[in-house]
Amino acid sequence: MYLHNRLESKSNFFQKIKDVDFILLAGILLLGIISISTMYSTDGGQVLFHTKSHFVKFVLFTGLMLLISFLNIRFWFSISYIAYFIIILMLIWTVNFGITASGSQRWINLYFINLQPSELMKIFIILCLAKYFHRKRLENVNSFYSIIFSMIIILLPMSLVIIQPDLGTSILISISGILVLWFSGLNHKYFFYSFLISILSLPFIISFLKPYQKLRVLTFLNPDRDPLGAGYQIIQSKIAVGSGGLFGKGFLQGTQSYLEFLPEKHTDFIFTLFSEEFGFLGSVILLLIYTIIIYRVIKIGSISRSYFAKLFCYSFGGSLFVFITINMSMVLGLLPIVGSPLPIMSYGGSSMLATMIGFGIVMSAKIHSKQAIA
Amino acid sequence: MINQSDNVLKLNSINRRMFILAAAKVILLGGIVSRLFFLQVKENKKYLTLSDKNRIREWKLPPVRGHFEDYFGNTIAGNFEAYELHLIPEEIENFKYTINRVRNILQLSENQFQKILKKKDQIKPWENLIVSNNLTWENFSKINNNLYDLNGVKPVISVSRNYPFKENYTHVLGYVSQANEQDIISNEIIKEKFVQGLKVGKIGLEKTFENDLIGTNSIERYEVNAYGRRISQLEFQKGDKGKTIKLTIDTEIQKLANELLAEKAGSICVMDIFTGHVIAMHSSPSFDPNKFVFGINTDDWQLIRNDPMKPLVNKSLSGNYSPGSTIKPIVALSALENKIINANFRVNCKGHKEPLELYGQTYHCWKKEGHGIVDMREAMKQSCDTYFYEVARRLGVDKLSETAKKFGLGKKVFEDLFEIEKSGLVPSTSWKKNVLGINWVLGETIITGIGQGYIQTTPIQLCLMTAQIANGGHKIIPKLIVDSKTDDEDKFSPIVEDAKNMKLVQDAMFSSTNEVRGTSYKSRIDDPKYQFAGKTGTAQVKRITKQDRELDLDTSEIPYEERDHALYIAFGPYKNPRYAVSIVIEHGGSGGAVAAPLAKQLFKKIIDRHEIRKNFESNKYLNI
Repeated sequence: MYLHNRLESKSNFFQKIKDVDFILLAGILLLGIISISTMYSTDGGQVLFHTKSHFVKFVLFTGLMLLISFLNIRFWFSISYIAYFIIILMLIWTVNFGITASGSQRWINLYFINLQPSELMKIFIILCLAKYFHRKRLENVNSFYSIIFSMIIILLPMSLVIIQPDLGTSILISISGILVLWFSGLNHKYFFYSFLISILSLPFIISFLKPYQKLRVLTFLNPDRDPLGAGYQIIQSKIAVGSGGLFGKGFLQGTQSYLEFLPEKHTDFIFTLFSEEFGFLGSVILLLIYTIIIYRVIKIGSISRSYFAKLFCYSFGGSLFVFITINMSMVLGLLPIVGSPLPIMSYGGSSMLATMIGFGIVMSAKIHSKQAIA
Repeated sequence: MINQSDNVLKLNSINRRMFILAAAKVILLGGIVSRLFFLQVKENKKYLTLSDKNRIREWKLPPVRGHFEDYFGNTIAGNFEAYELHLIPEEIENFKYTINRVRNILQLSENQFQKILKKKDQIKPWENLIVSNNLTWENFSKINNNLYDLNGVKPVISVSRNYPFKENYTHVLGYVSQANEQDIISNEIIKEKFVQGLKVGKIGLEKTFENDLIGTNSIERYEVNAYGRRISQLEFQKGDKGKTIKLTIDTEIQKLANELLAEKAGSICVMDIFTGHVIAMHSSPSFDPNKFVFGINTDDWQLIRNDPMKPLVNKSLSGNYSPGSTIKPIVALSALENKIINANFRVNCKGHKEPLELYGQTYHCWKKEGHGIVDMREAMKQSCDTYFYEVARRLGVDKLSETAKKFGLGKKVFEDLFEIEKSGLVPSTSWKKNVLGINWVLGETIITGIGQGYIQTTPIQLCLMTAQIANGGHKIIPKLIVDSKTDDEDKFSPIVEDAKNMKLVQDAMFSSTNEVRGTSYKSRIDDPKYQFAGKTGTAQVKRITKQDRELDLDTSEIPYEERDHALYIAFGPYKNPRYAVSIVIEHGGSGGAVAAPLAKQLFKKIIDRHEIRKNFESNKYLNI
């Protein structure tokens, strides 16, 4: 028995390596290389702080992702609620003792890293709800109790993040949660009605927005109303993308970013810089890489035996897509500016950590796809 | 088993929803790609332009102003290298230390120092702070010697206006100074080329030819970052220097005119009687235009402004004087032309004993004892007023004014070349009726005959008049700019009907200068090479009362403002005339005593220079 176990675990390990999704891994590594080179460009063609930091984080978190992928999917299933609960505690901690930067209190100081729990919540809310709905029978999904429970799961972190204040992330958290609800089979009518209600209450919501948020909406509707103030970011961003043309200005040749016309070029507007330097073709290739990654994530979901893994992969893939879409729409002037990073590409440890944990769980689902969870 | 079927249901549900969402994703992705396509491919040009507009900034540099040259190609308004001192605040580690070092080296006054500090607050830290725009060489080299511990201090050599002949050309050229708001508003070209520190013509030819002189800006194109800091130079587009403008004036004669008028208020004009070239045109007193280039200081300005001799007034062009007896050649010519008199017409001048009386007014000759019986030649020679009273009475003011106008009186000589030029005044009966609304009276005709009353002339008009008398009564068009085109058809067309009449007047003027009892006999030159003919004039500034006449004071005993203007017109050499001269000395006294002697010195120089001028001209053609 003991020997058998040893043998099994040994063959198990090689089997696991064999089962790693190499296409997904290749996609992630490719994206990492692109993001590090882009970061190198934002540093003006030098290996400076952002490049180094981004590189170190990417290497570290890729390692973490591989580590996670070898952990049994059951482990993630078992700790889902606890993890969610810990992040909630962290968010509460953030609200009270967090580090404030540019007007919002988002980070907690862990001495070796400043962590942004709201970013992690984007992933762990999926995990939590996936576990919840894993056990639910389909007819119970639409029960009053389960709707209320999932509402609380979503609204609790949302409200904790909104008071930081960080509207963008809280919206993204809720979208992650709603995606799980969608896949778990919640009745279409709820989505339809809540969509209708939110559209109708939009003017009401806008009146409750903070002045700077209102300004963002107004600026989105007409960027030229204050070209040097509120509209500056979006105008410069569009100029950068538009001037890139079909083939781009070339690596390290992006004048808009090099001459510092682009704001937030390391983080939310990283795609603008990339698009300026590599043009339409480069942007399409980047989108293609993202598409491949998301496709693989969904593919893994579809081959997973366990409902939990399936639910997680589909939702994670969906939320990745939403994050990418929102970020790009924002920098291309299709949506108002809300803080939302581009996964992997944007500078920012917490966001990358969350995404990598997500990929790790997906990989784990692949490796353990035959595993059923009771 | 129930569990099993539920699982199947759940799987069906999740897979179905997955496909719905996948379809939505494809649509959204398509949306993003098409947006990218729209921005990057379709609207690429627009955004590329915007991006260049963002990053490329042009800096205009002051254009290099064109020169003025005299007839012989000497620069009379040029450029010199001005030494400037700039500070770049951002490059200075310890601004307080550096600015105090600079202050000590340049010995700046508290006032200047405060101005610089104020300026510093108005500029961006990487922009140049101009501490001085005209350092002396001494200070400039001192700064250069101390550069080792003056980081961010930049000595700069720039180009600025210089008038090497100082006060000699002030009234012709005018001067340049810092362009002000008024200059920018009134001239589109200045507006277009304006940069900080641009100097533009304020008056005179500098102003008239501003658009030719100004040149084009050099342009530096820099790549700048979002904060306007220059990153790299992309291009340097060199501007063109402004046009060089060549005058007809001979600097040597101009300088002599200035010397002759030293300490006097007045004007000297010299003109070529065939080409119309203005050889010299000077108004005295003058001032040094270089003082205005960097802004004149208050003391100097007060000195110039409050001078009773009015250095700011260009007397050659805007001094309206009664011509006095210098009008007599025109009166005589008009009478001869209109056949009112002939050369033998005589009048008996009895002096103050029996003055001409008309409607209760008396008209005295200047000579107490009278001239006796005089004919035209004798009357001109001795400038007998009584004779010309009679001629004028017979001639009538309207015929006189017609002749005077033909000779260039009563209208601007240079048309619109100078803003400040006055047109003088040639009165006529209709003029008085129209302008003053009163009828002409005969007494006014009488005094017009000796150049008093309403008649007003500028020195340059008198010069033109004399030139046209000297060339035998042909119309000439005065020229100050060598290349200016004056292809008027009536150029050099005769303006007298009978050339003999002109000859008679010339001869009478000859006698006035070269024969005993002539009013300017003392100033004659016997050498036929330099011999000239002229006519004196003494214009009253105030009416001579009976008391004055009895007192008969010497000029020096009368207050300055009440002294007569001394005038003299002349042409020479008499045998073969080429140049005409007009001299006006404000409040100088009698024309014969004060103005005519200047002509003597002037003609010597003019005739000597003629050879050189002629050779220069023929050489010029040979070179072509």
